[in-house]
Amino acid sequence: MKRDELLGRVLGPGAPELSCEQCFEQLDRYVELALAGEPADERVPGMRAHLDGCPACAEDFHSLRDLLAEQGD
Amino acid sequence: MATALMTTPIHTTDSPACDWVARLRAEGPEQQAAVTELHELLLGAARFEIGRRTAELHHLRGGDQEDLAQQAADDALMAVLRKLDDFRGESRFTTWAYKFALLEAAVAVRRRAWQGREVPLEDQAWARLADAGGGASRGAEDGELFAALREEIEGSLGPRQREVLVAVALNDVPIDVLAERLGSTRGALYKNLHDARRKLRQALAARGFGIGDEGEEER
Repeated sequence: MKRDELLGRVLGPGAPELSCEQCFEQLDRYVELALAGEPADERVPGMRAHLDGCPACAEDFHSLRDLLAEQGD
Repeated sequence: MATALMTTPIHTTDSPACDWVARLRAEGPEQQAAVTELHELLLGAARFEIGRRTAELHHLRGGDQEDLAQQAADDALMAVLRKLDDFRGESRFTTWAYKFALLEAAVAVRRRAWQGREVPLEDQAWARLADAGGGASRGAEDGELFAALREEIEGSLGPRQREVLVAVALNDVPIDVLAERLGSTRGALYKNLHDARRKLRQALAARGFGIGDEGEEER
């Protein structure tokens, strides 16, 4: 594992972030905004930092995004 | 990939006339039809998630993967029906519902993949830190940074914070697997991880290491 990646995993994003519960609550809205080309990170503050810090929630994000993208949404 | 996972196309549209919430709250055949339709959508999403994680499930047969998808869809259906009042219409209903199926499927796959495996010991984490800080091409400052990091992990964190940080951040244990073993939840363990990270950043900054912190406040 590269130095910066390891430091990132241990020290986290270092920015205000949502909790896992808040992330799940906002995930559908955030993904639709992102796929629509809207400024999802501005509209859902703290989501990007959480996805950078939480591997499990990041996987949930990628799965929902890819599922909708596969459907052509 | 198991052929059992290659079926059932997922419906893609929410027409305005298709009022999912009203149909699911109706009674009799209308509700039953909506529940059946929703279950089919959730099953498609669960199959999608399990299909992209087949590498983690190489020891499972196709039939077992289909069982996993069916169970995830069943659990997701229960969750959606239980939380129907929480749907605020900020996304399409199907997008909102899919996330439950994807979550149930992902958690099931992670837990199945770790079934019978021990959580790695701390020694493995220390080796990883030493490796990151001790390579021949690294500067002396990196060596000091990673040595300080280990000291702070061992000395500054509470037992639960340390356990979660070492397992999740250093030893690649999925947080849902750890939550199951500790009788906790993803959210609660992530709070431990978040607090541990903040404590480490503060400790390293106090020791003069330039660790970026973008004004995070205590949650």
